[in-house]
Amino acid sequence: MRQPVSVVARTGSDSLPRPGLRRGLSFGVQLFITALLSVFLILPVLMSIVAGFTANYFEGWSSGLTTAWVIKVLTEYHASIVLSMQIALACLACNLLIGVPAAYALFRTQSRFGRMIEELLVMPVAVPGLATSLALIITFGGWGDLRQSWVFILIGHLLFTLPFMVRSVLAVMSSIDLNAFEEAARSLGASFWHRMFHIVLPNCASGIVAGSLMVVTLSLGEFNMTLLLHTPLTKTLPIGLADAYASLRIEVGSAYTVVFFVLIVPLLIALQRTSGRGR
Amino acid sequence: MRSDGMSVSVVNCARTFPDGTHALHGCNLDISPGETIALLGPSGCGKTTLLRIIAGLDFPDTGGRVTFGGVDVTSDPVEKRGVGMVFQSYALFPNMDVEGNIEYGLRVRNVARDEREQRVTEMLALMRIDELRYRRVDQLSGGQRQRVALARAIAARPRLLLLDEPLTALDARLRDDLRVEIDQLLRTLGITAIYVTHDQAEAMALADRIAVMSKGRIEQIGTPREIYETPETPFVTEFIGTMNRLSGRVLNGVMSVGTDSITISAPDGPASLLFRPEDLQLVAAPTAQFSATVASALYFGDHIRLTLTLSNGQMLTAKAPPRTTVAVGERVGCMIVASRLQALGALPT
Repeated sequence: MRQPVSVVARTGSDSLPRPGLRRGLSFGVQLFITALLSVFLILPVLMSIVAGFTANYFEGWSSGLTTAWVIKVLTEYHASIVLSMQIALACLACNLLIGVPAAYALFRTQSRFGRMIEELLVMPVAVPGLATSLALIITFGGWGDLRQSWVFILIGHLLFTLPFMVRSVLAVMSSIDLNAFEEAARSLGASFWHRMFHIVLPNCASGIVAGSLMVVTLSLGEFNMTLLLHTPLTKTLPIGLADAYASLRIEVGSAYTVVFFVLIVPLLIALQRTSGRGR
Repeated sequence: MRSDGMSVSVVNCARTFPDGTHALHGCNLDISPGETIALLGPSGCGKTTLLRIIAGLDFPDTGGRVTFGGVDVTSDPVEKRGVGMVFQSYALFPNMDVEGNIEYGLRVRNVARDEREQRVTEMLALMRIDELRYRRVDQLSGGQRQRVALARAIAARPRLLLLDEPLTALDARLRDDLRVEIDQLLRTLGITAIYVTHDQAEAMALADRIAVMSKGRIEQIGTPREIYETPETPFVTEFIGTMNRLSGRVLNGVMSVGTDSITISAPDGPASLLFRPEDLQLVAAPTAQFSATVASALYFGDHIRLTLTLSNGQMLTAKAPPRTTVAVGERVGCMIVASRLQALGALPT
C-alpha cells in the first residue's frame, strides 16, 4: 500500500498532526524516558517537602501533617536565613559594582591581557571551594576581625560568583553592536557617563539581570566554601541545613529545605525566563 | 530647516594602525560649505578610515590636520565636533523607541522637552515617517531604520553630515528610492555632507564631487562628469565604469589595429586608445574606422551590451541602442565618437 505522502506535503497546516502520528512510537518512547527521568529527579525534592510537613516521618502520613517544623525552623534559625539573604544581596551589590564595570573593561580591551584576566576570573569556579577557602583563611585569616565577620564569607562568595556576572554581561555586550551604539551616541555628543547610563547599561540589562539572578542563586546555595569560611556566629542557610540534617530530626532538616526552596525556586524560574527571552 | 553647511579641510592626514598597516597615506581634501562629497573606492581603500578621522572617531598620524570652517578640530573627539553621522548598521539604540532615538542628541544637549518634541515632529515629517514615532526599533524595516538613522543624525542640526555606506544593507529597489530621497534631503538642508560608498552609481547620483580612493590614497577628486569622462590615473580608469582599451602602433597620425587603421593625432610609437562602451558606435562600412566580430550580445531592455572581437584578438565592449539588430558571429563596422577620441587622446601603454 502506498503512503499518501503527496497529501501530507500539499495540505500544509492541516497536515500538522500527521507527522506526529507517524512519529507516534518514537515520540512515545522519548516522552516516557523524559517523564521517567523527571520523576527520578523530582521525587527526592517532593519527598523532602513532604517530610518537612509530616508530624513524624517514620510513622508516615498517618501521623498527620503539620507546619510545626517549618515554624520551628523560622523561629530558631531565622538568623541563618537572614544572614544568607544579607550575604546574597551584598554579594549582588558587589557584583554590580565590580562585575559590570569589569565586563565593560574586558569588552573594551580586546588584548591578550584582557583574555588572560577573563580566564583567571573563572579559576575560583574550577578550583575546589575548599581549596579557595583555605587559601583565603591562610592569607586573610589574621586580618583584624575579618575572620569572625560575615564579610569573610562575602569575599568567598564574591570570588565564586564574579565570573558568572562578568561572563553573562560580556556575552550580551558581544552579541549586540555595542561599539556602533556607543559611536553613534558619541557622534550625538554624549559624554562617557551619559552613554554609560543611557546606552550601555540599558542595552546590557538582560545580561545584568540574568547575571544578578545567577549570583543571588549561587550565593544562597553556596556550601563548599562557606563550610570553611563560616564561624558558629556566621552560619548561612546551607550550613544550618547541613547542621540540621546531621544533628536534628529529619523533619527539621526537611522543613529547612522547604524554606530554602521558597527562597531559591522563584529565582531559578526567573533565571529560566530571562535566559529564555534572551534567545 | 535649512542650515548653513561649513567648510571642511583635511590636510596631510595619514593613518598607521598599531600593527603597522598604512590605512591612509597623507590625504588632502577641501570641501566647500554645503557641498556633498562622495568617498568612493573598493573595500579596504581607506575611505571609512578617512571618514572616521573627519568624524573624530579616529585620529590622523602626527602632522595631519582636520579643520571645520577654518577651526582646527584635529584633537577634538567626536563628542566635541558636532557632526551628524549615519552608520552602515544604522546603530539605532534598541532600548529607545523611534522618538527616543531621534531626540537623543537633543537630550544630550539638555534641550527643553517641548522643543525636543517639536523637533522630533519636524524630523518625522521631513523623513515622512510620522506614524513610526512610538514604534520600537526592532519593529522597523530596513528602509524605515535608515530614515530614523538619518532623522537622528540631523535632529541636532549639525553643520556636517557623515554617511558611512548608509544604503549597503538595503535591497536594490529600496536603495534606488532612498538614494533619491537622500539627495533631496541634502539639497533641502544645504548641509555639508561626506558620503562613503563603494557603489559608483550611488556616488555619481549623490555627490557634487567624488574623491576616488585606492590603497589609502585619493586618486582623483572631481565632479562625477570629470571622473567619468577624464579619469586621471590608471586606477580611476579601471574602477569607474567600463573602459575600452584599444592598443596599436601609431605611424604618421594613423594607428594600426590588426588589419585596420584609425586616424588619430598622436606621436609615433605604441599607443592605447581609451573610450567608453557608449562611445563605440556600430556604423555602415563606408564610415567605419575598423571592423569587428560580435562575440556576444546581451539584451538589457534599455540597451544591448555587445562584446566585439577585433581581427587581432583584442576585445571591446559596446553599448548599442536597444533596437539594434545584430547576431553573434556577425561582422560589424565600428566608429569611435570623435569627441571622445579627442578627450582621452592616446596614452602610452
